[in-house]
Amino acid sequence: MMNNFVIIPLLIPFVVGVVLIFFKDNIKLQRIISTISLIATTGFAAYLVQLVYKEGILTHKLGNWDPPFGIILVADMLAALLVLTASIVALCCILFAFRSIGEKRERFYFYPLVHFLMVGVFGAFLTGDIFNLFVFFEVMLMSSYALIVIGGTRAQLRESLKYILVNVISSALFVITVAYLYSVTGTLNMADLSQRVAEVNQPGILTTIGVLFFIVFGLKAALFPMYFWLPSAYNAPPPVVTALFGALLTKVGIYSIFRTFTLIFYHQPEVTHQLIGYTALLTIVIGTVGAIAYNDMNKILIYNIVIAVGVIVYGITLTTPAGIEGAIYYLIHDMIIKASLFLLGGAIIAITGTSKLKEMGGLIQRHPQLGWMFFVAVVSLAGIPPLSGFVGKFLLVQGGLESQSYTFVIVLLVSSLMVLYSAMKIFMNCFWRAPKLTEEQEKGSTKGMLYPSAILLAISIFLGLGAEVVFPYISMAAETLMDPSIYIESVLKE
Amino acid sequence: MEILMSIVSGILFTVAVYLMLSRSILRIIIGTGILSHGVHLLLLTMGGLKAGTVPLLGENAPAYTDPLPQALILTAIVISFGVTSFFLVLAYRAYQELGTDDMDKLRGHENDE
Repeated sequence: MMNNFVIIPLLIPFVVGVVLIFFKDNIKLQRIISTISLIATTGFAAYLVQLVYKEGILTHKLGNWDPPFGIILVADMLAALLVLTASIVALCCILFAFRSIGEKRERFYFYPLVHFLMVGVFGAFLTGDIFNLFVFFEVMLMSSYALIVIGGTRAQLRESLKYILVNVISSALFVITVAYLYSVTGTLNMADLSQRVAEVNQPGILTTIGVLFFIVFGLKAALFPMYFWLPSAYNAPPPVVTALFGALLTKVGIYSIFRTFTLIFYHQPEVTHQLIGYTALLTIVIGTVGAIAYNDMNKILIYNIVIAVGVIVYGITLTTPAGIEGAIYYLIHDMIIKASLFLLGGAIIAITGTSKLKEMGGLIQRHPQLGWMFFVAVVSLAGIPPLSGFVGKFLLVQGGLESQSYTFVIVLLVSSLMVLYSAMKIFMNCFWRAPKLTEEQEKGSTKGMLYPSAILLAISIFLGLGAEVVFPYISMAAETLMDPSIYIESVLKE
Repeated sequence: MEILMSIVSGILFTVAVYLMLSRSILRIIIGTGILSHGVHLLLLTMGGLKAGTVPLLGENAPAYTDPLPQALILTAIVISFGVTSFFLVLAYRAYQELGTDDMDKLRGHENDE
């Protein structure tokens, strides 16, 4: 009976999303219900993490069908941690949206859409079935199509056309790959798949299917040759939507890469993992080039997403526990810090009315809290010791050295420097120098916009200073990733 | 039979890719429609096309066709139907608002709006 907890983080946003549709015009009620539901989700997710920590992997058989015949929800430590992080991020974004999104969009089902987006994200994290993963991807993507175009400005219409086209193609590729996989193995359950692939020791056809999966998830996660859609698509919607997307959508792609290549296709690392490694390295390089090149705050932050994706995905090719732990730590840190950076960026845009660095300046005089919060976020992003970015990068460097991936270590360290440069460029141009705008010329106030980012920054500081507290959970998640038999046994027991 | 179906879905993929690389939005959407047909046909083929009765237990037949791919296809059809209708309405809105259906003219520029 306790195992029913696995489905609760999925159920709350789903039911609340449906209910919110009925209160289209009552914005106040929508806000209250959304806040309560996301606080409740966060609470249950935290409880789920604790439960998984005590009792090991929890499974929930939908309709009481035994796996592999039914759909099963699996909460291992990685999934539980990501559900918790995602719900915290969603809560903070909702709080930020109250002040920033505007009544027109709020009336047009903004909150239900965010809830359905969360259903997709949580479902993708928790599912144990590959076709169900596809369905949850579509739930997530459909809500993201609507969220990216809601408001209907010219730029949003233009970019959403491209965003949808890319995702339609990658979804079609996902179904093709599932079709191939089904014809070879005859099953869709991930644990069962893992066993059957292990039995035949992953011959060439299964490695091909693995690479196809890598392309599918790489398109979602914006890896090197497949990242081209992301910079302009994420530039179009309002800042709070970009924060949600930047923190959650690409991370679901990363999580799927982690899941498929640690659980199912891990028998031919000299092909698949090398491919992943090179792609990840190029992703870091491309992201760094983009982050340095632009003089636009949004563009710089968006290319920082691309860098982080590369860094995390490389973690899967590191064979030592430290590498995997570092990747997981960095994944969680990055979800928190990217959301906080985009929210702070949104507050800056609210004041200046632009994202171009040349038109900003001197904000620190009238907005010291905003300025120093942005500074802390930047420092954490770059990985300066007391903050959360440091622990992840430290573990990744350690893992890289242990598995002798020296190129990765060099690229990672140089990219950290460039990340610091690119984000500091925003800080120096935006907050220092002579003020460009007088108090009357400011386009809006930051009233009520700072505390969501403050919550996220507090968590980031806690992840850094309280690494001792967090670490056992991370290392438990890494343990399951390193040893697929733990996962298989808890899913296919009895 | 499977080989024939594989070739047919291969042709569908070719046509879809060709259409999706063109400039007009409507051609691109037709391309996505054809792509999803190819995908669904491939899913059916990959499940195996061996002879058997329809998967209805009332038939009392010795062998049935695999019911799982049919359920997967049904799911994929409604999903792609939803996405396609959204895409079509979006293309219509974009045409009204931006005044063009030429993807080359829909490039983003740093300075517009």
